[in-house]
Amino acid sequence: MFDDLRDLYQEVIFDHNRNPRNFRVMENADRKVEGFNPLCGDRLTLYLQMDGDLITDACFQGSGCAISTASVSLMTEIVKGKTEQEANELFKQFHEMTTGKDEQINLAAVGKLAVLAGVREYPARVKCATLAWHTLDAALKNEQQSISTE
Amino acid sequence: MKYVASEQSMLLKNYTFAESVQVCPAAYTTPGDINMTNFPVEKIRADFPILAEKIRNKPLVYLDNAATCQKPQAVIDSIVHLYSHDYANVHRGVHTLSVRSTDKFESARSKVKDFINAASEKEIIFVKGATEAINLVAQTFGKANIKAGDEILITAMEHHSNIVPWQMLCEQTGAILKVAPINLQGELIYAEFEKLLTDKTRLVSVVHMSNALGTINPVEKIIAAAHHKGIPVLLDGAQAIPHMVVDVQNLDCDFYVFSAHKLYAPAGVGVLYGKQALLEAMPPYQGGGDMIRKVTFEATEYNGLPYKFEAGTPSIADVVGLGAAIDYINEIGMVNISAYEAKLLDYATEKAKKIKGLRIIGEAEHKGAILSFVLDKIHPHDIGTMLDSLGIAIRAGHHCAMPVMDFFAVPATARASFAMYNTKEEIDVLMNGIESLIEVFG
Repeated sequence: MFDDLRDLYQEVIFDHNRNPRNFRVMENADRKVEGFNPLCGDRLTLYLQMDGDLITDACFQGSGCAISTASVSLMTEIVKGKTEQEANELFKQFHEMTTGKDEQINLAAVGKLAVLAGVREYPARVKCATLAWHTLDAALKNEQQSISTE
Repeated sequence: MKYVASEQSMLLKNYTFAESVQVCPAAYTTPGDINMTNFPVEKIRADFPILAEKIRNKPLVYLDNAATCQKPQAVIDSIVHLYSHDYANVHRGVHTLSVRSTDKFESARSKVKDFINAASEKEIIFVKGATEAINLVAQTFGKANIKAGDEILITAMEHHSNIVPWQMLCEQTGAILKVAPINLQGELIYAEFEKLLTDKTRLVSVVHMSNALGTINPVEKIIAAAHHKGIPVLLDGAQAIPHMVVDVQNLDCDFYVFSAHKLYAPAGVGVLYGKQALLEAMPPYQGGGDMIRKVTFEATEYNGLPYKFEAGTPSIADVVGLGAAIDYINEIGMVNISAYEAKLLDYATEKAKKIKGLRIIGEAEHKGAILSFVLDKIHPHDIGTMLDSLGIAIRAGHHCAMPVMDFFAVPATARASFAMYNTKEEIDVLMNGIESLIEVFG
């Protein structure tokens, strides 16, 4: 019945929505930032453990739609063990995959985040996918306590 | 109650109604006669060209009417006709087109006056929309009459346009915004509301029908209680106006505001109704052309009503379109529309209640054609995208009523809102869609 949506709602997304990874509170986190999408009401708190510029642990709490939950769940998995610079590069690639021109997309560079490429076709849902990454960006810059997509 | 037969628009099609729904005074007194089979919904649908659109290769099921309504051909034609044959600026020139344009514009004002049964055309002010109308009252009536320590009373079910203008006025004047609470059915707790009417209350501003919940407020009681203490009442009719007969003299409200685009008319225009004595006493809103009688560099003499509040060139074609929309609605009869929509809502509510995991947000006893709901573990935005892939347009979000979402402890809701052109079959498509997406999300 929902054949048209297969690109957007891939099985991996349903899986991460049902069982989000790294869904917990981190006591003594080095970085803690809240992300908020006022249009959807999506809210998340992202926690990071850092060792110098290395992300040693990442987890989150919050509630949102399937796209935003899967996006933040996948992100916490993929950035663990990455340096700040590597995470920033991933953010750049992810951003281009969801909002950039076709020729800029490098699916190989984003690994399993490629399951979120379908949001490109749904402008109203792009912010659901990018909220997690904007929150990570703020956490890495260590500038703000909370960010909003608006 | 007085109904004024609308002048038959040459662009409007003639309707043949089934015997029991003839548009005649007798039919108005027996709205119970309207049901799902004798309301001319198929004829009405044929008048709305957009309803023939395919969305993602499926027939459009448009259930986002509380956000904005679609437009009948008669309204579209009225705008095309004006720009093709009669358009010029209003209240300006002596030339023929200016006279024609002014006639059409003022005739629309007269239609609005009859539609809400105002006492005079002077009480009908054209603005951009309900939001601007509320801001106008806040910044003119409010600034002239409300001072530090005074209170403005609203309800907990207001949308942002009936909260923020008052917060701004409170910031400017030192007045205090009071909020009457609602219960879990989404109804105003009237006893609490009454307690909040004090000697300090200078204005009551309440929604006639809630956009997020569908609740219809007991406005007659509210107005009587406020007037007993000498407090004027503004009714926000943005949602109520397309669904029920509104008679401002019978209601005795002091201000009534609505947007045209929710009444099958163009976006960009709205109406502020105010009792003439109140409007006369209010300072002007914006300065500019049309609102003046005489200007020198030393002093300006303001124009009379309604022009005192209509600075600058108005959205002429949109106002004319509003007139055409009112003609169209009058052909069908608001009482008939109300009765049909009540049946649609009953049918949808009954079906929705049978869906496991669905919770209706807003179950007031007195309710208009809005069905707000949430699903267990499925975010409204996912519901919105999934239904869109089936051609169904609903609203998913906070409906510009964040405090209402907070009260029900939900981040957002999905909302199906009905209009006179919706059908029982469309509700079936919606409910099947909801059941299927619950399955997919597992």
